[in-house]
Amino acid sequence: MPADALKCKECATTYALEARYVCERCFGPLEVAYAPLGSGADELKRRIQAGPQNLWRYADFLPLDSPPRAALPTGCTPLVRADRLAERLGLREVWVKNETANPTHSFKDRVVSVALARAVELGFGTIACASTGNLANAVAAHAAANGLPAYVFIPADLEAEKILATGAYGAEVVGVRGNYDDVNRLCTELSGEYDGWAFVNVNLRPYYAEGSKTLAYEIAEELGFELPDRVVAPVASGSLFTKVARGFREWIDAGLLAGELPAFNGAQAAGCSPVATAYAAGQDVCRPVKPDTIAKSLAIGNPADGPYAIELARATGGGVDAVTDDEIRAGVRLLAETTGIFTETAGGVTTATLAKLAERGDIDPGERVVVLITGDGLKTLDVVRGTFAVHDIAPRLADFEATVLEGVAA
Amino acid sequence: MPVTVKIPAQLRPAAGGASEATVEGATVGEALEALYSSHGELRARIAGDDGELRRFVNVFLAGEDIRFLEGLATPVPDDAELTILPAVAGG
Repeated sequence: MPADALKCKECATTYALEARYVCERCFGPLEVAYAPLGSGADELKRRIQAGPQNLWRYADFLPLDSPPRAALPTGCTPLVRADRLAERLGLREVWVKNETANPTHSFKDRVVSVALARAVELGFGTIACASTGNLANAVAAHAAANGLPAYVFIPADLEAEKILATGAYGAEVVGVRGNYDDVNRLCTELSGEYDGWAFVNVNLRPYYAEGSKTLAYEIAEELGFELPDRVVAPVASGSLFTKVARGFREWIDAGLLAGELPAFNGAQAAGCSPVATAYAAGQDVCRPVKPDTIAKSLAIGNPADGPYAIELARATGGGVDAVTDDEIRAGVRLLAETTGIFTETAGGVTTATLAKLAERGDIDPGERVVVLITGDGLKTLDVVRGTFAVHDIAPRLADFEATVLEGVAA
Repeated sequence: MPVTVKIPAQLRPAAGGASEATVEGATVGEALEALYSSHGELRARIAGDDGELRRFVNVFLAGEDIRFLEGLATPVPDDAELTILPAVAGG
Protein backbone atom coordinates (compact mmCIF):
# COMPACT_ATOMS: atom_id res chain seq x y z
CA MET A 1 0.00 0.00 0.00
CA PRO A 2 2.38 2.70 -1.20
CA ALA A 3 2.17 5.99 0.67
CA ASP A 4 1.41 8.73 -1.82
CA ALA A 5 0.87 11.96 0.15
CA LEU A 6 0.44 13.66 3.46
CA LYS A 7 -3.17 14.74 3.80
CA CYS A 8 -4.82 17.17 6.22
CA LYS A 9 -7.38 15.42 8.41
CA GLU A 10 -9.43 18.63 8.59
CA CYS A 11 -9.46 20.13 5.08
CA ALA A 12 -7.93 17.33 2.93
CA THR A 13 -5.17 19.51 1.45
CA THR A 14 -2.35 17.23 0.31
CA TYR A 15 1.42 17.66 0.63
CA ALA A 16 4.51 15.72 -0.48
CA LEU A 17 5.84 12.99 1.83
CA GLU A 18 8.27 15.27 3.66
CA ALA A 19 8.95 16.14 7.30
CA ARG A 20 5.78 18.13 7.73
CA TYR A 21 3.02 17.69 10.28
CA VAL A 22 0.61 20.58 10.13
CA CYS A 23 -1.58 21.94 7.35
CA GLU A 24 -0.49 25.40 6.27
CA ARG A 25 -4.06 26.31 5.37
CA CYS A 26 -5.94 25.35 8.55
CA PHE A 27 -3.33 24.05 11.02
CA GLY A 28 -5.05 20.64 11.01
CA PRO A 29 -2.87 17.55 11.59
CA LEU A 30 -1.45 15.73 8.57
CA GLU A 31 -1.82 12.00 8.10
CA VAL A 32 -0.24 9.63 5.60
CA ALA A 33 -2.53 8.79 2.66
CA TYR A 34 -1.96 5.64 0.61
CA ALA A 35 -2.57 4.63 -2.97
CA PRO A 36 -4.87 1.63 -3.43
CA LEU A 37 -3.29 -1.76 -2.76
CA GLY A 38 -2.07 -3.58 -5.83
CA SER A 39 -2.47 -7.03 -4.25
CA GLY A 40 -5.34 -9.26 -3.20
CA ALA A 41 -5.89 -10.50 0.37
CA ASP A 42 -4.32 -13.92 -0.23
CA GLU A 43 -1.12 -12.46 -1.61
CA LEU A 44 -0.93 -9.88 1.21
CA LYS A 45 -1.39 -12.60 3.80
CA ARG A 46 1.35 -14.70 2.22
CA ARG A 47 3.76 -11.75 2.27
CA ILE A 48 2.96 -10.96 5.90
CA GLN A 49 3.42 -14.56 7.00
CA ALA A 50 6.71 -14.84 5.10
CA GLY A 51 8.00 -11.63 6.71
CA PRO A 52 10.41 -11.19 9.64
CA GLN A 53 9.33 -11.70 13.27
CA ASN A 54 9.03 -7.95 13.87
CA LEU A 55 6.88 -5.05 12.74
CA TRP A 56 8.49 -4.86 9.28
CA ARG A 57 6.35 -7.88 8.35
CA TYR A 58 3.63 -5.23 7.85
CA ALA A 59 5.76 -3.09 5.51
CA ASP A 60 2.99 -3.12 2.88
CA PHE A 61 0.99 -0.90 5.26
CA LEU A 62 3.74 1.48 6.40
CA PRO A 63 4.94 4.77 4.84
CA LEU A 64 8.51 3.82 3.91
CA ASP A 65 10.22 3.65 0.54
CA SER A 66 11.67 0.30 1.58
CA PRO A 67 11.59 -1.42 4.96
CA PRO A 68 14.96 -1.23 6.70
CA ARG A 69 16.84 -4.05 8.28
CA ALA A 70 15.77 -3.93 11.93
CA ALA A 71 18.66 -2.64 14.04
CA LEU A 72 16.58 -3.13 17.19
CA PRO A 73 13.78 -5.55 16.28
CA THR A 74 10.42 -4.40 17.60
CA GLY A 75 6.93 -5.84 17.75
CA CYS A 76 5.51 -9.36 17.53
CA THR A 77 4.76 -9.07 21.24
CA PRO A 78 2.60 -11.74 22.88
CA LEU A 79 -1.20 -11.59 22.91
CA VAL A 80 -1.99 -13.49 26.09
CA ARG A 81 -5.34 -15.03 26.90
CA ALA A 82 -6.09 -13.80 30.43
CA ASP A 83 -8.64 -16.26 31.78
CA ARG A 84 -8.01 -15.51 35.44
CA LEU A 85 -8.43 -11.78 34.86
CA ALA A 86 -11.63 -12.46 32.91
CA GLU A 87 -12.96 -14.66 35.70
CA ARG A 88 -12.29 -12.01 38.32
CA LEU A 89 -14.26 -9.50 36.25
CA GLY A 90 -17.11 -11.83 35.26
CA LEU A 91 -16.10 -11.79 31.60
CA ARG A 92 -15.56 -14.71 29.26
CA GLU A 93 -12.75 -13.83 26.90
CA VAL A 94 -10.08 -11.25 27.69
CA TRP A 95 -6.75 -10.96 25.89
CA VAL A 96 -3.80 -8.86 26.99
CA LYS A 97 -1.49 -7.38 24.35
CA ASN A 98 1.76 -7.33 26.27
CA GLU A 99 3.79 -4.41 24.96
CA THR A 100 6.26 -4.64 27.82
CA ALA A 101 7.95 -7.27 25.62
CA ASN A 102 9.34 -4.62 23.25
CA PRO A 103 13.06 -3.68 23.33
CA THR A 104 12.57 -0.67 25.63
CA HIS A 105 9.49 -2.17 27.28
CA SER A 106 6.74 -0.04 25.79
CA PHE A 107 4.75 0.37 22.56
CA LYS A 108 6.85 3.46 21.77
CA ASP A 109 9.41 1.20 20.08
CA ARG A 110 6.88 0.82 17.26
CA VAL A 111 6.33 4.50 16.54
CA VAL A 112 10.04 5.25 16.87
CA SER A 113 10.97 2.40 14.50
CA VAL A 114 8.81 3.89 11.76
CA ALA A 115 9.69 7.55 12.43
CA LEU A 116 13.41 6.88 12.60
CA ALA A 117 13.38 4.80 9.41
CA ARG A 118 11.57 7.61 7.60
CA ALA A 119 13.91 10.24 9.10
CA VAL A 120 16.87 8.33 7.67
CA GLU A 121 15.16 8.12 4.27
CA LEU A 122 14.63 11.89 4.37
CA GLY A 123 18.29 12.48 5.24
CA PHE A 124 18.03 13.66 8.85
CA GLY A 125 21.15 13.35 10.99
CA THR A 126 19.81 13.98 14.50
CA ILE A 127 16.85 12.34 16.23
CA ALA A 128 14.88 14.11 18.97
CA CYS A 129 11.58 13.98 20.82
CA ALA A 130 9.37 15.52 23.48
CA SER A 131 8.53 12.74 25.89
CA THR A 132 6.75 11.69 29.04
CA GLY A 133 9.43 8.99 29.41
CA ASN A 134 8.67 5.90 27.35
CA LEU A 135 9.29 7.73 24.11
CA ALA A 136 12.56 9.06 25.50
CA ASN A 137 13.69 5.49 26.24
CA ALA A 138 12.74 4.33 22.76
CA VAL A 139 14.32 7.27 20.90
CA ALA A 140 17.56 6.92 22.85
CA ALA A 141 17.78 3.17 22.22
CA HIS A 142 16.84 3.18 18.54
CA ALA A 143 19.13 6.15 17.82
CA ALA A 144 21.98 4.23 19.48
CA ALA A 145 21.17 1.09 17.49
CA ASN A 146 21.26 3.12 14.28
CA GLY A 147 24.35 5.16 15.17
CA LEU A 148 22.58 8.53 15.28
CA PRO A 149 22.85 11.26 17.92
CA ALA A 150 19.71 11.83 20.00
CA TYR A 151 18.31 14.69 22.08
CA VAL A 152 15.38 13.85 24.31
CA PHE A 153 13.32 16.50 26.09
CA ILE A 154 11.41 15.45 29.21
CA PRO A 155 9.66 17.11 32.13
CA ALA A 156 12.33 17.51 34.83
CA ASP A 157 10.20 15.71 37.45
CA LEU A 158 9.90 12.45 35.51
CA GLU A 159 10.28 9.05 37.23
CA ALA A 160 13.97 8.31 37.93
CA GLU A 161 13.69 4.91 36.19
CA LYS A 162 12.75 6.52 32.90
CA ILE A 163 15.49 9.15 33.10
CA LEU A 164 18.17 6.58 33.95
CA ALA A 165 17.04 4.18 31.23
CA THR A 166 17.34 6.99 28.67
CA GLY A 167 20.74 8.36 29.64
CA ALA A 168 22.14 4.83 29.63
CA TYR A 169 22.05 4.81 25.81
CA GLY A 170 24.19 7.93 25.52
CA ALA A 171 21.42 10.30 24.49
CA GLU A 172 21.52 13.95 25.53
CA VAL A 173 18.77 14.19 28.15
CA VAL A 174 17.21 17.63 28.56
CA GLY A 175 15.04 18.05 31.67
CA VAL A 176 12.66 20.95 31.10
CA ARG A 177 11.32 22.73 34.16
CA GLY A 178 7.64 22.35 33.34
CA ASN A 179 5.04 19.71 32.50
CA TYR A 180 4.82 17.65 29.32
CA ASP A 181 2.76 20.29 27.56
CA ASP A 182 5.53 22.82 28.23
CA VAL A 183 8.11 20.36 26.85
CA ASN A 184 5.94 19.79 23.82
CA ARG A 185 5.51 23.50 23.17
CA LEU A 186 9.28 24.01 23.38
CA CYS A 187 9.94 21.15 20.95
CA THR A 188 7.31 22.46 18.54
CA GLU A 189 9.18 25.78 18.53
CA LEU A 190 12.59 24.08 18.19
CA SER A 191 11.46 21.90 15.30
CA GLY A 192 10.64 25.08 13.36
CA GLU A 193 14.15 26.43 13.92
CA TYR A 194 16.44 23.37 13.55
CA ASP A 195 16.05 22.02 10.04
CA GLY A 196 18.32 19.01 10.40
CA TRP A 197 16.55 17.62 13.46
CA ALA A 198 13.89 14.95 13.27
CA PHE A 199 11.59 15.36 16.24
CA VAL A 200 9.87 12.00 15.91
CA ASN A 201 6.60 13.16 17.46
CA VAL A 202 6.59 16.68 16.03
CA ASN A 203 7.84 17.15 12.47
CA LEU A 204 7.93 13.37 11.81
CA ARG A 205 4.59 12.86 13.53
CA PRO A 206 2.59 11.60 10.51
CA TYR A 207 5.08 8.72 10.09
CA TYR A 208 5.53 8.15 13.81
CA ALA A 209 1.79 7.77 14.35
CA GLU A 210 1.55 5.10 11.64
CA GLY A 211 3.69 2.80 13.79
CA SER A 212 0.77 2.30 16.19
CA LYS A 213 -1.24 0.60 13.45
CA THR A 214 1.04 -2.42 13.77
CA LEU A 215 -0.59 -3.16 17.13
CA ALA A 216 -3.88 -3.76 15.33
CA TYR A 217 -2.23 -5.90 12.66
CA GLU A 218 -0.54 -8.08 15.28
CA ILE A 219 -3.67 -8.50 17.35
CA ALA A 220 -5.63 -9.55 14.26
CA GLU A 221 -2.90 -11.91 13.10
CA GLU A 222 -2.53 -13.44 16.59
CA LEU A 223 -6.30 -14.02 16.66
CA GLY A 224 -6.02 -15.95 13.39
CA PHE A 225 -7.00 -13.02 11.15
CA GLU A 226 -10.08 -12.23 13.19
CA LEU A 227 -11.31 -9.04 14.85
CA PRO A 228 -11.89 -8.62 18.57
CA ASP A 229 -15.28 -7.27 19.66
CA ARG A 230 -13.83 -4.59 21.91
CA VAL A 231 -10.50 -2.84 22.48
CA VAL A 232 -9.63 -1.08 25.74
CA ALA A 233 -6.67 1.27 25.29
CA PRO A 234 -5.08 4.19 27.09
CA VAL A 235 -5.62 7.71 25.77
CA ALA A 236 -2.96 10.39 26.20
CA SER A 237 -2.76 12.39 22.96
CA GLY A 238 -5.28 10.02 21.36
CA SER A 239 -2.85 8.95 18.64
CA LEU A 240 -2.44 5.27 19.62
CA PHE A 241 -6.18 4.91 20.19
CA THR A 242 -7.17 6.23 16.77
CA LYS A 243 -4.36 4.55 14.85
CA VAL A 244 -5.19 1.08 16.19
CA ALA A 245 -8.67 1.60 14.75
CA ARG A 246 -7.16 2.75 11.47
CA GLY A 247 -5.09 -0.44 11.37
CA PHE A 248 -8.17 -2.65 11.72
CA ARG A 249 -10.03 -0.52 9.14
CA GLU A 250 -7.23 -0.88 6.59
CA TRP A 251 -7.25 -4.66 6.96
CA ILE A 252 -11.03 -4.81 6.67
CA ASP A 253 -10.78 -2.73 3.48
CA ALA A 254 -7.96 -4.94 2.19
CA GLY A 255 -10.10 -8.06 2.67
CA LEU A 256 -7.79 -9.47 5.36
CA LEU A 257 -10.49 -9.19 8.04
CA ALA A 258 -14.25 -9.64 7.87
CA GLY A 259 -16.63 -7.65 10.05
CA GLU A 260 -16.94 -4.26 11.66
CA LEU A 261 -14.56 -2.18 13.77
CA PRO A 262 -14.48 -3.28 17.42
CA ALA A 263 -15.95 -1.02 20.09
CA PHE A 264 -13.18 1.32 21.25
CA ASN A 265 -12.98 2.21 24.94
CA GLY A 266 -10.46 4.87 25.91
CA ALA A 267 -8.86 4.95 29.35
CA GLN A 268 -7.63 8.10 31.10
CA ALA A 269 -6.46 8.99 34.59
CA ALA A 270 -8.90 11.21 36.47
CA GLY A 271 -6.01 13.58 37.18
CA CYS A 272 -5.58 14.19 33.46
CA SER A 273 -8.83 13.43 31.67
CA PRO A 274 -9.54 16.13 29.08
CA VAL A 275 -10.80 13.54 26.58
CA ALA A 276 -13.02 11.63 29.05
CA THR A 277 -14.43 14.92 30.32
CA ALA A 278 -15.27 16.18 26.84
CA TYR A 279 -16.76 12.78 25.95
CA ALA A 280 -18.98 12.77 29.04
CA ALA A 281 -20.12 16.33 28.30
CA GLY A 282 -21.01 15.44 24.72
CA GLN A 283 -18.41 17.86 23.34
CA ASP A 284 -15.85 17.26 20.65
CA VAL A 285 -13.29 19.89 21.68
CA CYS A 286 -11.08 18.96 24.63
CA ARG A 287 -10.47 21.76 27.09
CA PRO A 288 -6.81 21.54 28.16
CA VAL A 289 -6.05 20.62 31.77
CA LYS A 290 -3.02 20.77 34.08
CA PRO A 291 -2.16 17.11 34.77
CA ASP A 292 -1.96 15.79 38.32
CA THR A 293 -1.76 11.99 38.25
CA ILE A 294 0.60 9.10 38.98
CA ALA A 295 0.07 8.00 35.37
CA LYS A 296 2.75 10.32 34.04
CA SER A 297 3.06 8.59 30.70
CA LEU A 298 -0.55 9.62 30.03
CA ALA A 299 -0.18 13.13 31.46
CA ILE A 300 -0.89 15.12 28.32
CA GLY A 301 -3.20 17.99 29.25
CA ASN A 302 -3.68 19.24 25.70
CA PRO A 303 -4.36 16.16 23.54
CA ALA A 304 -3.98 16.94 19.85
CA ASP A 305 -5.93 13.88 18.68
CA GLY A 306 -8.60 14.18 21.37
CA PRO A 307 -11.41 15.16 18.98
CA TYR A 308 -10.69 12.13 16.80
CA ALA A 309 -10.57 9.83 19.83
CA ILE A 310 -14.02 11.03 20.88
CA GLU A 311 -15.40 10.54 17.35
CA LEU A 312 -14.05 6.98 17.30
CA ALA A 313 -15.48 6.08 20.71
CA ARG A 314 -18.91 7.37 19.68
CA ALA A 315 -18.89 5.81 16.22
CA THR A 316 -17.99 2.32 17.50
CA GLY A 317 -20.26 2.16 20.55
CA GLY A 318 -17.35 2.42 22.97
CA GLY A 319 -16.58 5.31 25.30
CA VAL A 320 -13.88 7.15 27.22
CA ASP A 321 -13.60 6.71 30.99
CA ALA A 322 -11.38 8.08 33.73
CA VAL A 323 -10.10 6.26 36.84
CA THR A 324 -8.58 7.59 40.06
CA ASP A 325 -5.00 7.09 41.22
CA ASP A 326 -6.18 4.48 43.76
CA GLU A 327 -8.02 2.62 41.02
CA ILE A 328 -4.85 2.80 38.91
CA ARG A 329 -2.79 1.20 41.71
CA ALA A 330 -5.45 -1.50 42.11
CA GLY A 331 -5.38 -2.03 38.34
CA VAL A 332 -1.62 -2.57 38.32
CA ARG A 333 -2.06 -5.11 41.11
CA LEU A 334 -5.02 -6.88 39.51
CA LEU A 335 -3.18 -7.38 36.22
CA ALA A 336 -0.01 -8.58 37.93
CA GLU A 337 -1.86 -11.03 40.20
CA THR A 338 -3.99 -12.55 37.48
CA THR A 339 -1.67 -12.56 34.45
CA GLY A 340 1.92 -12.33 35.64
CA ILE A 341 2.33 -9.10 33.68
CA PHE A 342 3.65 -6.16 35.69
CA THR A 343 2.58 -2.94 34.02
CA GLU A 344 3.41 0.68 34.58
CA THR A 345 0.70 3.10 35.67
CA ALA A 346 -0.67 3.50 32.14
CA GLY A 347 -1.55 -0.21 32.11
CA GLY A 348 -3.11 0.28 35.54
CA VAL A 349 -5.34 2.93 33.97
CA THR A 350 -6.35 0.52 31.21
CA THR A 351 -6.94 -2.44 33.52
CA ALA A 352 -8.92 -0.29 35.96
CA THR A 353 -11.04 0.98 33.08
CA LEU A 354 -11.70 -2.59 31.94
CA ALA A 355 -12.79 -3.43 35.50
CA LYS A 356 -15.06 -0.39 35.58
CA LEU A 357 -16.70 -1.31 32.25
CA ALA A 358 -17.23 -4.89 33.45
CA GLU A 359 -18.71 -3.76 36.75
CA ARG A 360 -21.03 -1.32 35.01
CA GLY A 361 -22.30 -4.08 32.72
CA ASP A 362 -21.05 -2.32 29.58
CA ILE A 363 -19.39 -5.48 28.29
CA ASP A 364 -21.50 -8.36 27.03
CA PRO A 365 -20.20 -11.54 28.70
CA GLY A 366 -19.80 -13.18 25.28
CA GLU A 367 -17.46 -10.51 23.95
CA ARG A 368 -13.86 -11.03 22.98
CA VAL A 369 -12.04 -8.11 24.62
CA VAL A 370 -8.45 -7.02 23.98
CA VAL A 371 -6.66 -4.82 26.52
CA LEU A 372 -3.55 -2.90 25.45
CA ILE A 373 -0.84 -2.96 28.11
CA THR A 374 1.53 -0.36 26.73
CA GLY A 375 4.42 -0.21 29.25
CA ASP A 376 6.40 -1.98 31.95
CA GLY A 377 5.96 -1.75 35.73
CA LEU A 378 9.71 -1.56 36.28
CA LYS A 379 9.51 2.03 35.01
CA THR A 380 7.08 3.24 37.70
CA LEU A 381 8.18 1.25 40.74
CA ASP A 382 7.09 3.92 43.21
CA VAL A 383 3.43 2.98 42.83
CA VAL A 384 3.95 -0.48 44.33
CA ARG A 385 6.34 0.65 47.05
CA GLY A 386 4.76 0.07 50.45
CA THR A 387 1.89 -2.04 49.10
CA PHE A 388 3.27 -5.26 50.64
CA ALA A 389 5.67 -6.30 53.40
CA VAL A 390 8.88 -8.27 52.99
CA HIS A 391 9.21 -11.09 55.54
CA ASP A 392 12.35 -10.40 57.55
CA ILE A 393 13.95 -13.52 59.04
CA ALA A 394 17.19 -14.93 60.34
CA PRO A 395 18.72 -17.70 58.19
CA ARG A 396 17.17 -20.44 60.36
CA LEU A 397 14.43 -22.97 59.64
CA ALA A 398 12.66 -22.22 62.91
CA ASP A 399 12.54 -18.52 62.20
CA PHE A 400 11.16 -19.16 58.72
CA GLU A 401 8.38 -21.34 60.12
CA ALA A 402 7.57 -19.02 62.98
CA THR A 403 7.72 -15.77 61.07
CA VAL A 404 6.65 -16.65 57.54
CA LEU A 405 4.48 -19.79 57.54
CA GLU A 406 2.55 -18.93 60.69
CA GLY A 407 2.21 -15.32 59.49
CA VAL A 408 0.80 -16.37 56.10
CA ALA A 409 -1.53 -18.90 57.75
CA ALA A 410 -2.81 -16.33 60.24
CA MET B 1 0.17 48.82 23.97
CA PRO B 2 2.86 47.06 21.94
CA VAL B 3 2.68 43.27 21.88
CA THR B 4 5.15 40.94 20.16
CA VAL B 5 3.52 38.05 18.29
CA LYS B 6 5.79 35.11 17.42
CA ILE B 7 4.77 33.50 14.15
CA PRO B 8 5.44 29.77 13.66
CA ALA B 9 7.44 28.54 10.68
CA GLN B 10 4.29 27.14 9.03
CA LEU B 11 2.62 30.57 8.91
CA ARG B 12 5.60 32.66 7.87
CA PRO B 13 4.90 32.36 4.12
CA ALA B 14 1.50 33.97 4.83
CA ALA B 15 3.17 36.75 6.82
CA GLY B 16 5.69 37.86 4.21
CA GLY B 17 8.33 35.63 5.79
CA ALA B 18 8.24 37.43 9.15
CA SER B 19 9.00 35.35 12.25
CA GLU B 20 7.45 37.93 14.55
CA ALA B 21 5.35 41.07 14.43
CA THR B 22 4.82 43.96 16.81
CA VAL B 23 1.18 44.99 17.11
CA GLU B 24 -1.04 47.09 19.37
CA GLY B 25 -3.81 45.58 21.50
CA ALA B 26 -5.16 45.46 25.03
CA THR B 27 -6.38 41.85 24.76
CA VAL B 28 -5.24 38.72 22.92
CA GLY B 29 -8.17 39.14 20.54
CA GLU B 30 -7.28 42.77 19.77
CA ALA B 31 -3.64 41.90 19.22
CA LEU B 32 -4.62 39.13 16.77
CA GLU B 33 -7.01 41.52 14.95
CA ALA B 34 -4.13 43.97 14.59
CA LEU B 35 -1.98 41.12 13.25
CA TYR B 36 -4.66 40.22 10.67
CA SER B 37 -4.93 43.84 9.55
CA SER B 38 -1.24 43.90 8.65
CA HIS B 39 -1.13 40.28 7.36
CA GLY B 40 -4.61 39.56 5.97
CA GLU B 41 -3.83 35.99 4.91
CA LEU B 42 -3.30 34.96 8.53
CA ARG B 43 -6.92 35.44 9.59
CA ALA B 44 -8.30 32.40 7.80
CA ARG B 45 -5.40 30.25 8.98
CA ILE B 46 -5.77 31.09 12.65
CA ALA B 47 -9.46 31.87 13.18
CA GLY B 48 -12.57 29.97 12.16
CA ASP B 49 -15.68 31.57 10.67
CA ASP B 50 -16.94 32.32 14.19
CA GLY B 51 -13.84 34.37 15.01
CA GLU B 52 -12.65 31.87 17.63
CA LEU B 53 -9.31 30.09 17.26
CA ARG B 54 -9.37 27.04 15.00
CA ARG B 55 -9.31 23.89 17.09
CA PHE B 56 -5.72 22.95 16.24
CA VAL B 57 -4.31 26.44 16.86
CA ASN B 58 -2.77 27.19 20.26
CA VAL B 59 -1.91 30.69 21.46
CA PHE B 60 0.33 31.18 24.47
CA LEU B 61 0.75 34.36 26.52
CA ALA B 62 4.13 34.29 28.25
CA GLY B 63 4.12 30.49 27.91
CA GLU B 64 0.57 29.94 29.21
CA ASP B 65 -2.16 28.57 26.92
CA ILE B 66 -4.77 31.34 26.67
CA ARG B 67 -7.50 28.72 27.16
CA PHE B 68 -6.29 28.54 30.78
CA LEU B 69 -6.70 32.31 30.97
CA GLU B 70 -9.66 34.20 29.53
CA GLY B 71 -9.26 33.09 25.93
CA LEU B 72 -9.31 35.89 23.36
CA ALA B 73 -10.52 38.29 26.08
CA THR B 74 -7.33 37.77 28.10
CA PRO B 75 -5.74 41.18 28.82
CA VAL B 76 -2.18 41.54 27.58
CA PRO B 77 0.30 43.60 29.57
CA ASP B 78 2.64 46.06 27.88
CA ASP B 79 5.50 44.40 25.97
CA ALA B 80 3.88 40.96 26.34
CA GLU B 81 4.84 38.11 24.03
CA LEU B 82 2.21 36.00 22.27
CA THR B 83 3.27 32.72 20.64
CA ILE B 84 1.15 30.98 18.03
CA LEU B 85 1.81 27.24 17.65
CA PRO B 86 0.06 24.26 16.07
CA ALA B 87 -1.38 21.67 18.47
CA VAL B 88 0.74 18.56 18.43
CA ALA B 89 1.25 16.01 21.15
CA GLY B 90 2.16 12.45 21.95
CA GLY B 91 4.65 11.38 24.55
